[in-house]
Amino acid sequence: MRYAYYPGCSLTHSAEPYDLSTKAIAAPLGLSLEEIDDWNCCGATEYISIDKNAAYALVGRNLALAARQGVSSDVVAPCSACFLNLRKVDHYMAKYPAVREKTNAALAAGNLHYEPGSMHVRHLLDVVVEDVGYETLQTRVVRPLDGLRVAPYYGCLIVRPQWNGGSVDPRGVDPEYPMHLDRLLRTLGAEVVDFPLKTHCCGGHMTQISADTAYELIRRLLHNASEYEADIIVTACPMCQLNLDAYQSQVNRHFGTNFHLPVLYFTQMIGLAMGMAPADLGIGREVVSAAAALGKIGTRTPAAPSAAPRRKRDDKALPMPRQREET
Amino acid sequence: MHGPSSDDSFMAEVIATTPGAETLITCLQCGTCGGSCPSGPDMDHTPRQLFAMISAGLREEVLQSNTPWYCVACYFCMARCPKDIPITDLMYSLKRMAVREKLYDDRDAPDWSKSFIGMVDSYGRSFEFGLATRYHLTHHPLRKVGVGPMALDMFSKDRMSLKPDRIKGMGQLRAILDRAKSQEAM
Repeated sequence: MRYAYYPGCSLTHSAEPYDLSTKAIAAPLGLSLEEIDDWNCCGATEYISIDKNAAYALVGRNLALAARQGVSSDVVAPCSACFLNLRKVDHYMAKYPAVREKTNAALAAGNLHYEPGSMHVRHLLDVVVEDVGYETLQTRVVRPLDGLRVAPYYGCLIVRPQWNGGSVDPRGVDPEYPMHLDRLLRTLGAEVVDFPLKTHCCGGHMTQISADTAYELIRRLLHNASEYEADIIVTACPMCQLNLDAYQSQVNRHFGTNFHLPVLYFTQMIGLAMGMAPADLGIGREVVSAAAALGKIGTRTPAAPSAAPRRKRDDKALPMPRQREET
Repeated sequence: MHGPSSDDSFMAEVIATTPGAETLITCLQCGTCGGSCPSGPDMDHTPRQLFAMISAGLREEVLQSNTPWYCVACYFCMARCPKDIPITDLMYSLKRMAVREKLYDDRDAPDWSKSFIGMVDSYGRSFEFGLATRYHLTHHPLRKVGVGPMALDMFSKDRMSLKPDRIKGMGQLRAILDRAKSQEAM
């Protein structure tokens, strides 16, 4: 299966391990990723805060280049923010004639044109789950991640808003409590813990603008994963990885906490389960070292510790979402 | 029935600059947005309050509110809104209007966005080191001393580059962006 590949800026530096591990697992899983030649930044959340027409045109150039390159009608983005922006502009150009006309008028200044709907924008996690599939993935597992307790962290933008893959998705992904990353990690042999905050926000760019706001959101996520005795958090988004990993010591200092929760990408976990060397997957470049946690692989604990204390019958607290059976 | 007043013009302006925002006039004031917002406690007004203020034509108060600048773009409000109001997109619209009319007092958030855009306009890609340097040296440099260790961590793990990556088609990209910026707002 061939795809136009849009790595996005994060994957060239701060999230390079995500890029390395994506490329390492792609060929063995039958995925051929061809990078969009000379792609540019998607604008993140910043461009549209200042200039909307330019923000759409910025994304439009990437879509137009991908369509012209003609590798595939599928463009795959591993970064959730890139995925959102590419998908949103394609969707808005299709739905709103004014957006379509203005964006194409701007693109014409660079001799480009984009026909909305001609590229199908997909997140890498969806490609692995839908096109490779759990069954095929299982056949590639040579070193199951037994004994590793994993918190699956989806973040925001692969499940929200709805037109971005949430409730209107044929997979029936629940925007409040998705299960596909859980199932993928279980396929790799990991013990997936319930993680009620799995789709909550990591704080995004607030680390730069109002650090206290961001630190509290990061603290909640680390605390929640700790409560469920996770050894490691696994994510599919460079922003989530950066905030939870690189700011973890700041958060500990700020709140007087002592979290030590490594944060890796799902592609790194797939590579490990396929028997690849950690260094080839960019493992070791996380700020909070995953070495000790990964040392647990293969050391299956006899009786898994109970994730949370049993709720007392007279507890008046609102129930937390519970792990659902997937179909 | 009363005719169009100046109160309605602000609402109309907000809607006109936001794709799909016609639903804003149907806001139920249910508060699901504010209840779903992770940074709600730090906001001057919840989104619900802000929409009531837009409806009342309180232009200056709305554009001076810190609320849009504390939106983390998690889309929880938008996914849950019973009236399909594109709340996150509305927050972006309010940011643009506040910047254009220079009504928002705190420079940090707008300047972060402008610094980011400056990198994209120069290189076609984000450039984290250049962005952080430009922004932090001009905004409370002393307050930012604490992030020094984080930057060192990123360098030591080879996750931050000192040099920007520049795309080949900068001329083409600039022509596209220049034309887009010269267009009147949608």
